[in-house]
Parts: sequence; structure tokens; C-alpha cells
Amino acid sequence: MKKINKYLALVLILGFGFSCSDDFVEVQPKPDNSENFFNKQQDYEDAIIGAYDLLQATYLNVLLGEIASDNTLAGGESATDVVGIQEVDDMIHTPLNSQLRDIWNWMFAGVNRANYILEFKDKTDFVGKDALLAEATFLRAYYNFELVKWFGDIPFKVDERIQFGEQFTIDRTPKATVYAQIEADLIFAAANLPYTQAVKGRVTKGAAQALLGKAYLYQNKFTESAAILDDLILNGPYDLVADYNTIFEEAGENNIESVFEVQYFEGEGASFDCLQCSEGNVAVGFNGVRAYSGPDFSSGFSFNVPVQEVVDAFEAGDLRKDVAILDINAWATDTGATFGTGNEHTGYYNRKYIPRKRSTTAAGDRNLTNPNNYRAIRFADVLLMAAEAFNKSSTPNDAKAQNYLNRVRERAFGNSANNITATGATLYNNILSERRVELVGEGHRFFDLVRTGKATQEIDGFEADKNEVFPIPAIEIQLAGNRWDQNPNY
Amino acid sequence: MRKKITLLLFTFITVLASAQTINVKGVVKDAISGEVLPGVSISVKGTTFGTETDFDGLYNLPKISKGSVLVFNYLGYKKKEVIVGDSEIINVSIEQSTESLDEIVVIGYGTQKKKEVTGAVSVVSSATIDDLKPTRIEQALQGQVAGVNITQNSGSPGAASNIRIRGVSTNGDSRPLILVDGNRIEDLSVINPSDIESINVLKDATAGIYGVQAANGVILVTTKTGRKNSEFKSILNMSVGYQETTRKIPLLNATEYALLANEAFAANGESLPFTNISGLGQGTNWQDAVFENAPTFSVDYTLNKGTEKSTYSFGISALSQDGIVGGSKANFNRRNVRFNFNTDILENLKFTSSTIFTNTNKKNLPENALGSVLFNAVNFPPTTPVYTNGRFSLPPATGTGIEVANPLAQIDNAENRTFVNKISGSYGLNYSFLDYFSAETRFQANYSVVTANTFSGIFNFGNGSVFNVDQNTFTNYKQSFSDYTFDAFLKYERVFNDVHDVKVLLGTSVFKTTGRFEDILTSNASGSNLNNVIIENPVLNGNGLEIFRNNNKGSAQFFDSRLLSYFTRIQYAYDSKYLFSAVLRRDGSSKFGPNEKFGFFPTASVGWIASEEDFLKESEVLSFLKFRASYGIVGNDRIGDFRFTSLLNGEAQYVFNNELVQGLAAGPVANPDIKWEEQKPLDIGVDLELFNSINITADYFKKTTDDLLVSAQTSGIIGVAAPGSSVPVINAGTVVNEGFEFVIGYKNMVSEDFNFNVNYNFTKLNNEVTFVGNSTGVIEGGSFGVGQESPSRMEAGFPIGYFYGYQTNGIFQNQAEVNAHATQTNANAGDLRFVDTNGDGIIDPDDRTYIGDPIADITMGLNLSFNYKNFDFNAYAFASIGNEIVRNYERNLPLTNRPTYYLDRWTGPGTSDSFPRVTTGATQNTLFSDFYVEDGSFLRLQSVQLGYSLGDTFLEKLKFDKLRFYVSASNLFTLTKYRGYDPTTSNGAPIGGGIDQGFYPNPKTFLLGMNVNF
Repeated sequence: MKKINKYLALVLILGFGFSCSDDFVEVQPKPDNSENFFNKQQDYEDAIIGAYDLLQATYLNVLLGEIASDNTLAGGESATDVVGIQEVDDMIHTPLNSQLRDIWNWMFAGVNRANYILEFKDKTDFVGKDALLAEATFLRAYYNFELVKWFGDIPFKVDERIQFGEQFTIDRTPKATVYAQIEADLIFAAANLPYTQAVKGRVTKGAAQALLGKAYLYQNKFTESAAILDDLILNGPYDLVADYNTIFEEAGENNIESVFEVQYFEGEGASFDCLQCSEGNVAVGFNGVRAYSGPDFSSGFSFNVPVQEVVDAFEAGDLRKDVAILDINAWATDTGATFGTGNEHTGYYNRKYIPRKRSTTAAGDRNLTNPNNYRAIRFADVLLMAAEAFNKSSTPNDAKAQNYLNRVRERAFGNSANNITATGATLYNNILSERRVELVGEGHRFFDLVRTGKATQEIDGFEADKNEVFPIPAIEIQLAGNRWDQNPNY
Repeated sequence: MRKKITLLLFTFITVLASAQTINVKGVVKDAISGEVLPGVSISVKGTTFGTETDFDGLYNLPKISKGSVLVFNYLGYKKKEVIVGDSEIINVSIEQSTESLDEIVVIGYGTQKKKEVTGAVSVVSSATIDDLKPTRIEQALQGQVAGVNITQNSGSPGAASNIRIRGVSTNGDSRPLILVDGNRIEDLSVINPSDIESINVLKDATAGIYGVQAANGVILVTTKTGRKNSEFKSILNMSVGYQETTRKIPLLNATEYALLANEAFAANGESLPFTNISGLGQGTNWQDAVFENAPTFSVDYTLNKGTEKSTYSFGISALSQDGIVGGSKANFNRRNVRFNFNTDILENLKFTSSTIFTNTNKKNLPENALGSVLFNAVNFPPTTPVYTNGRFSLPPATGTGIEVANPLAQIDNAENRTFVNKISGSYGLNYSFLDYFSAETRFQANYSVVTANTFSGIFNFGNGSVFNVDQNTFTNYKQSFSDYTFDAFLKYERVFNDVHDVKVLLGTSVFKTTGRFEDILTSNASGSNLNNVIIENPVLNGNGLEIFRNNNKGSAQFFDSRLLSYFTRIQYAYDSKYLFSAVLRRDGSSKFGPNEKFGFFPTASVGWIASEEDFLKESEVLSFLKFRASYGIVGNDRIGDFRFTSLLNGEAQYVFNNELVQGLAAGPVANPDIKWEEQKPLDIGVDLELFNSINITADYFKKTTDDLLVSAQTSGIIGVAAPGSSVPVINAGTVVNEGFEFVIGYKNMVSEDFNFNVNYNFTKLNNEVTFVGNSTGVIEGGSFGVGQESPSRMEAGFPIGYFYGYQTNGIFQNQAEVNAHATQTNANAGDLRFVDTNGDGIIDPDDRTYIGDPIADITMGLNLSFNYKNFDFNAYAFASIGNEIVRNYERNLPLTNRPTYYLDRWTGPGTSDSFPRVTTGATQNTLFSDFYVEDGSFLRLQSVQLGYSLGDTFLEKLKFDKLRFYVSASNLFTLTKYRGYDPTTSNGAPIGGGIDQGFYPNPKTFLLGMNVNF
């Protein structure tokens, strides 16, 4: 008996207790490790979704780009509602601005996700890899282009992520170098992508060409811009939609005029805790009519309200005016709709991008999940850019410029009676004016004014040699070890 | 020579005689009642030989050497020693212990007498739990134990509490380790308080036996077991009661509200919203509409039985509690079954077991948030009736924002419940061998399934309201958790030469916890509530589970976390005077990075029982005096899994062909060097007893916690702001908790009919962050108002989670004062004057400063109880002094209602220097400033109970052992200057705690109850 007891004790103590080795605490992480990836085609396919994801976060670039311009006021509930937006509207923004930091953070997140794929581009081969890499280079170019537009020189790496720790050693790269990479990325993308993709929302050759033309334009490389945009206009599958009013409705998404469109979706919930996580177009809810009740639309936060000046910029007979601008008082009178007034109430709303009536599958917070796709590059924009490039190129071609400009105007007025026949500098100014009314509410105006040197005269509070770019968020300079110079005069 | 031989022979015979053995037997009785006592342990001093008394209090010890000493030991009684003489019959009467020094304290992998404990350990006994009748165990600790601070997330039924032992020692997860019969239990709501025998709180380096899990303190709970050699004994406890709110915030009535709103609109030059005040009257009192009296009901039954070798204890209980807000829509109910079975398989092989099954069901309302029910009750205009045309009224079209909704409509629409089914088991074998050795293995396991269902039916709360539901949505989250702990240890316990008491423990422990998450979220739901919801066309995932758009392809739907430990403890006592204990533990955790996988945690403590020294032994004043000190290194392993490696658990979602597509992306940025938080707790204490009736314990402690995990703000250029990503977590922060605890207890048995005791405890705590190693030196948290900067901070030189905002200096009485002051945006006469703390002439965010902290400087508790004849009475109060609370339940929009203190607002020069004017125009009065920070100190009478037990004669007729009726009132009153609902509630967040967005107050509860033993 005693013997049995002793064996029992031995089993108890040794058998169980001390048989566990240190390997017990080596647990295989789930999901997979990010550094042991890209082993099959599906891995690349999965990773490219992650790179696309940040396109949805560009809603803020669009919203703030419009508010920064002379088109709209910040609005909102009160003068302190989202202070960062109010400051940008008044051109009193400082390096302490949460929204500017969001743009910085989100665009770098996009660059990093694109670079993640390109860092491992040689790891695994498969059929169609170049097309996939072309999507990655396009997306990298798209995010980098936003960064140079907003902040000028930026910390920059090619085909490698900026890793934790590198923020203390990396310097800002001159924007010319960044532009050179943007061009190379887009040339690669244009060469390796088809004009039409079976899957709506994927980047196309046309998108790459259009963005390349735009990047040239921003560098005043008018000749190169004219060439690439003309190639796109002549050889691409795009055309203007006959009825301007249909473009911004749901049925008009991904239409023949859409060269590049950021895709949004209302079926997944979102919250203010992670606006960049929303699958919806957050800007649309921000633009919406405050406390609206009535037909066609649903309510929002009353930001980004158009000023009288931009309403007046439409010529008589311009069919675009009632599409672009919602005169809420007139609308309420006509339809019996009710609404509230917020800060800086002008009576106008950015009708292209305010919330429509929602479907039954819309998830909450509904203010943050509007499904309106952002028409990032419309063919009308391409025509106007081409017109500008031809007008300004080293050997101007005003005939072509007029032609492209008038294609846009003919649709706008429904006839050719308002066609422009001017040339030279007058034509140039006509093209710029046309851009304003054609593209109002689409987030381009501020950067158009900056690149054409007209911001100082058009935007109240705009200081030359300062406000052309936004300040690097002070915290970001600090977090990188206080080595970067702030943008001038901030 | 013959003489010498004779002497030798005589001596030899004497020796022989003295070595003679006799069979001893007898009966053991209670010295006062004379009742026989079963289950008293009797041991022969200096040996491991012994026995226990049977049903009838009888014992029998064969072959006992004359002159040896029998030790009679019985829980709750004084130890008695008897020398074996010639008589074979030794009848013994033992006295109930009035002193706590004989209490047994659980110290982790063993027990110790309180007398011999060298660390800071507090014990709450089942008697206290009986007195307090808590619905959750944490409530039995609130104010009862020095150094332990309990705050509740909410007063709603079943809401969780936060336990902080000796301050907030981390910015991360500061929950202590809780072991119920050695089994790791994280959620105490599943335990029925009536099942508990004792709660032991290890507050200092004594907890070091738990190594990397010890830094937040350790709570060891033991459940009741039966007693050997006892007949069936039943205990039945029942109570019914009702609850009501302790407070309603005085709010403006409709007339006052309309006048104030008019004033605010007029101040901004706007047309008046109310042109006819006269008919408004009192209007709707939303708080009256929301609060209700709610019932509570509890019953538990315990059956105990003991045979010669085995004990059985079976318990079953049910609790149901409605909410004072929401009534049955906030109901919590718990059903619980427990079975303990211990048996001696062999004389030296003992089996112990405890199995608990619990089912809880909690219904939830929106609480303590912007737009929660009570927040809305405070802010909803009193001019609006509850119902309009038979439907819930909507808020005004404008002026109340989009977060203020009809609170009754909210309650009506809440269809939200959480079920928990949990089974916990603890099984052990103890084997004694070779006289001084024992080996023990224990296996503990938990399995629980948590199911949370929400149904949101189509409902309109008002134009643009964030709560509007435009389609029926049903969500079902199912989480299953399982874990096990396996402990094996060897003990060697021996007393050498009667004075060298040596105890050695050597052991190992393995812990593994896993969880799995499944969720259904569907908008294809129909029905009107949770019980009749129909899900149409659910999507099936690969496992055949119904699933709709699982949030994230790469997210962790599974976790596996493990801990492997070896430990040893050596305890040495010399002559019961000098005590020494040392512990070394090695822990390895799957959470730590490859570079820091294993850590060693040494702790030690010493004690000196001075009252055992000759110069004090005879003292009549000082019956006990012990000095003790402990120090060591312990850790906190409550950090996230796999933060040392970069995983594809980020969010990668985009829309192709108008449908959501899922990809993969990296999640949080990794830190391969991540490890535990390391704490060095120092404790110096003294325990003394005066006149055999006054017990005093005093402790000084200083806990320095280093290597706090800090989510370092990190440059955005590495992609940390991507969806599903986050900054890396690094070990770079230090917080020091220093304090003093004092406990005094007095017990007196004045006569057989009357005894009383009083206990008072006091804790002074000072918390200071000394280092925050992220690049800004600041960690922010919490939220205030809408879209404002974070109000709470962790920063060197301040208490953790201190409030950071503008300091005010009265009200601008006129424009001249505004002009004279530093530039303050939008300032006008009647606005708050912010202090220009940096003196740069401009009021801007840089002027924000320390304006309070949520950590109490002093907490204390007082327990008073007495018995007179058949009556018993106890009362218990606790207090907290020096903590601040942020008043954040005012929405401050043009047409939201306000508390009545706004009647004292500034209306012209000299009218007020504390409350600003009302206006709808732009002001900075709503920015976070000390105007919104209030003193949260309070004194609460937590419990008063009066009981009556029937006399013996009556009981004999009924064949009951005990029949007691009682009435009790809890949370009877609170003395506080705080204006909100309840100063005791806090969300417990280390950074961001103490912010009141309309806390659900703890109810005032009246109970009528009965205890029957038979």
C-alpha cells in the first residue's frame, strides 16, 4: 500500500508538474505575421485591398480642400464645431490642427500600404502580377500626390515601408523628387493597366493617365500634360454624360464620365472613433442640411456651405447651378421641407455631395456612412485640364483648348450659344472660371487657385509664401525627433 | 555498587514508565453553550499524528505517550493544549475565539495563521458578507478593507465594479488577480456571495508568489465546504426588497426653462423661442418619468453534510433585480449551483473539489454616455410632453442637437441582453508522505459562453438624431472562453527542536486561456423585439455558422494566451518570534516578446512578534505586537497578445462592384521588446492587540511600478493611423503609489446577552506619475462635451488621469474686465474668466493646467455591530475624500434643459462670480474648465441591518437550528457636495475616469429577509 502511495506521489509531482517545457508559451500567432506574407497570388490580392482602403479616407482632403477655398464656409453647428475645419476656412490654421494631422496620417498610411506590396513585389510570381503592381503604384502615386499638394516636401521612401524607428532618421524629400516618382509610378501604371476593368472601382489605365496629366499640370509641365491627356481623350473610352444632373446621383456612379472614382458603401456601421475606418463617405454627412426633413435628401452636419459669390459665379442659363447648389430656402418653400440652421448659414448647400434618401440597408451612424462615391477625376475635369495644358504649353494650341472647353460648356448650357472663342490669356482665364463652376463642391478649387497663383487674390486671409501648403503637424515634427523644418511662415 | 545498579534500574523503569502509552478518548464541547463540537481537529504536538471529533464530539486517540501535549484546534475557536496525564478520558471545553489573530489567512498555495503573516493581507469573512447582503462580491470589499477601493461602472443591476488595490498602479489594466478556490475568475458577477467562506486580499509583496500576475494585488476567495462528521444541515436565505433612486438632479421646470432659453437667445440677438410663458407651468419632469421603484429578490439554499471521511456542500441560488431606470428593461438575474466535495481517499491522500455553474442574464440600456437615458432625462426640454398623439414626443426640430432623444422612447426601444453561462471547477489531490512532506496537484478550469443580442427596430427619435434606426437590425455576438490552471507543488513543513519552524514550498503552475468569437450582424431582420426576431437569409460562413459581414477578415476571432511558472517559498520562524519568508517565481508568458519571454520575481518579508519576548510577555496592556516588512519585485502581465510581432489583423476593406471586399493589412505596429510591467512594493507594518480586545493594524506602503506600457504617440509616417492599426506599445512609464493604512477594531463581550464590535479603517493614498516615456511625455484620455480635447492626462508630476483644462478665475463682470484680461476669444461680460497660466497675454490651449484628479486622497470605512439578546444590528458607512468628478451631463445647447443652479447665473455686473451668463452665441464657457470639476468627496451610509433571531424554545418546537428575520437598508444616504447623481460611480479608466455623463446611480435598497438553518 505504502509503495503504491509513493508511486502515486511520484506521478503526481513529476508526471504532471515538471513535464512542461518553456515551449508551452510559444504560441503561434493568429492571424499571420505580416513579414511572412506574399507567398501566393491571393496574398497580393488581399494586400491591395488594404492599399485601396485609404482612398475612402480622402473624404477629408475633399471636404477641407473645398472649405479652404473661396467656394464655401466651414459652417457646422457652431463656431467651435470641429475647430480644425473652422481654422482652415478662416486661413488661421496652425501646426496644431487635428484635421490636418488626419490627412497627414491617413495619406502616409496609404503610402505605406502600397509600399508594403511593392516591398515584396519580387517574392512570388504569378500571372497578372504587373497589373496588380500597377494598381499599387497608382495608389502610391495618388497618396503621395495628396501629400505634396497639402504639405510640400515629405518624408519619402520607394518600394519600402517606413518602419518604426526610421522616423528618427528620415528627412523630408524635396517635392520635385516625389513628383518624379509619382510620374514614374503613373507611367508604369498606365502601361500595365487596361482601360476598362471588369470590376468597378479598380484603377484603370485612364485613371493613371489622367492623374499623370494632373501631376504634370501641378508642376506646370504643360506640354507633357497636354500630350498624356490628349492621348487619354482620344484613345480612352470616356465621354461626357449628357445630363449633368445624373452624374451625382447613385445611378450615375461609375458612368462613362468617371475616369477615377473612390467607392463608398453604406452597409457597414461607422463611428467617430475611427473615421478613416468608415466605408461610407464621411464628407457627405458633414455637408448635409442640418436637421433636414423633407423629400430627396436626408440630414447632416451643415458643414462646407457654399457662399453667395460662388452661386453668382454661374452664368445665366447654366444648367449646372441647380445641380451644384441647393438653395435650401427655395427648396423648403417648394417642397415643404424643414431644416435647421447652423453656424455661418448661407442658405446654400453643396448639392452634389449632400446625403440622399437612404436605403434600408444603410448602417449607422448614418451621418458617417453615406454611399455617395467621390468622382475623383471626371472626364469633364480631364477636358478642362487638357484645355489648360494646350493653352499654356510651349507651343499653345488654343483651337484644341477651345474645343475641349466648349465640350464642357455645351453640355452645361445645352447649346453651343455660349461657346468661348477667346484665345491666349483670356481663354486661360475662361478655362479657370469654367473649372470653378464645373467642379464646384468637388474639392479641387483651393489647389487650382494655389497652382495658378490666384489664391492670394481670391481667398480671404490667404498669405502668399505661407498658405500655398499647410503646416506639418507640430506633433509630427516632434515625434520625428524635431529635425524637420516647419513649412515657411508657420 | 548495588545501590548504583538499583538507581540505574529505577531510573530505567521510570523512563520506561514515562514512555508508556495510553489510549485517550473524550468529548469536546463549546465552553459556553455546552454543545458538542464535531470536526474538531486534535493533534499530538510535535508529530503529524492526530484525529478529529465525530458527530457527537467524541474522539479517540490510541497509543499516546503520557506527557505529550494534545492540541485542540477548531476554526473560530481558541486553540487549547492539554497534557496527557494518567487519565484516559480527557474531556475538553474550548472557547470561541474573540480575537482575529487565530484567523486563518489564505496566502497562495497555502494558508497561514494571521499571527504569523509577514505581509499586508486583509480578510473579509463570511460573517461580513452575511451582514452586507451584497449582490456582487465587490460590494463586500467596498470600504471594508483598507487600501482597497471599489468603484462601480454603474448602479444598474449586474454592473461591473472596478477593484483597485493600493491605488492605480498602471495606465493599462489594473484589475487584480482573482482566484476562487485557486481558479482564475475574471468576472465576479458569476459568484453567489453566499457561497463564500472568506475573501483574502494580498496587498503587498506577499502577492509575489503569483509573480507576474501580482502587481495589481491578488484576491483569494474560498468557497464554503461542509464539515466532517456532521448531519445534514440546511441553510436557507431569502430576501425581497425594493429599490429607488438616491437622487434626482434639480432641473428647471418648463417655465424657468423657457425664461432662461429666452434670455440665452436674447443675449445673442436672436428672436425668442418662447413668446408665451404663462401657460407652461411645471411641464414634464423627465426624471420622474424615467426613475421608478424597482423590485429585487434573492434566495439561496445550502445543504451541508459530513461523514467520517468526506464532506459535502451543495448550494443553489437565484437573484433577480430590476433597474430603477428601465425597470425590467434593465433586469439582471443570476442562477447559480455549487457543489463542493472533499474526501480522504486514504488517510494521507485527500481529494478536494468545487464545481460552480452560473447563468446570468443582463438587460442593458444606454448608460453613462452622451445621449444615454439619464443624460437625456437631464437635457430633454421640460416643455415637451412624454407623449404626443399617443406616440413618444420628438425633441424640438432644432436647438437640442442630434444626441438628445426622448429617454422613455429610448427605454422602450432598448432590446439588448447579455447571457452568460459559465461552469467553473477546481479539483485537487493532496498526498502526505514521509512525515513532513506533502504533495498537492490542483486542476482548475472555466468554460463560459457569453451571448449578446441586440435588436434595433425601425424608429425615429427626431430629425437627424444619431439614434434613428431606419432598418431592423439584429446582432448576435457569441464569445466562448475556456481556460485551465494546473498547479503542482511539494511542501516540506517541520519544526526542529520545537523552535525552528521551517516550511518550504516548491511548485509549478501552468495557465492557458483561449477564446473564440463569432458574430452575426444582420439588417435582414424583422419582428418587434428580441423574442420574436426573425432573421432572413443569414449568410453562412465556412463552419456553417450564420454570419453576416463578419467585421474583418483579418481580425482575431480567436485568442490563445499562456503562462508557465515555477515558484518556491521558504518560510522560517524562530521560536514564534522571528519570522522570515522568501519567494522566488519565474514566469514565462506568451504575451511577452522573444527578447523578454521569462522573468524572475523575487520577494521577501520579515516579521518580529515582539509580544513573545520576555519583556512584553506579561504585559497586561499589550497582548500582541508584531512588526513586519516586505519588499520585492512583482509584475503585471495584463497586456495585449502578440504586440511583439506585426500581424495581419488590420482592417482592409474596400468597395468593388458596389460590394464590400475584404483584404488583409498589418495591424498594430509591433514592439519585439515588449514585456510585463514591473513593480517594487514596499510595505512596513505593525499589528497589535491591546487588552485582548482592541486590534490595530497600521501599514506604510510605497509601490513603484515601472515599465508601464505606454501607447507611444508615434509618427504617422509609419502608417499607424491606418484602419485597424495603432501605435506600438512600449515599456516606458512609472507611477508611484504611496500611502498609509490604519485599521482599528474593538470587540467586547459585555455579557452573555450583549456584545458589540466596531471596526474602522483608513487609507491615505498619494498617486504620482514620475515618468511617461513617449515622445510628448503625455498620454491623453477620456472625453468631455462634443469634439473637445481630451480632458484627462497621464503626465510626470501629477496623479494618473488628472484633469487638464482651463483654470477659471470668476466671471467677467463688465467689458472693462474683459479688456483688461488676456485676450480670450469671444469673451464678454458674464463669461468665465480663464487664467492665463503661461502669462503670454492670450488664452489658448497652452493655458490648460491641472484642475483636479479622480483619485481619492483618503478613503475610510466604519463598521458597527452589536447583539443584544435575540436582536442583532449592524451598520456600515464609508467615505472618500479628495477626489474630483467632472460634470459632463450637460449638453449646453440652446434648447436643452439645465440644472437649477443656472438660476444663479450671471445676469449683470455683481450678480454672480461663479456661474456664467446664458447665451446661444459663441462663448468659451463650454470648454473644459474647473467650472465643470466638482469635489467628489462623500460619506455614505451603505448599510443598516436589524435582525431578530427566534429563541431556543421556539426553535426546538420548529426543529430549526436558527430562524432569523431581518430588515436592511442599503445606500440610505450620502453626504456630498457633488451635484450629479452619484459620487461613487466611475468608469474606472486610469486615464479618463471620474467623468460623469449621467451615471446610473446606485439605488437605495430596502430588504426584508429571512435566514433559516435546519
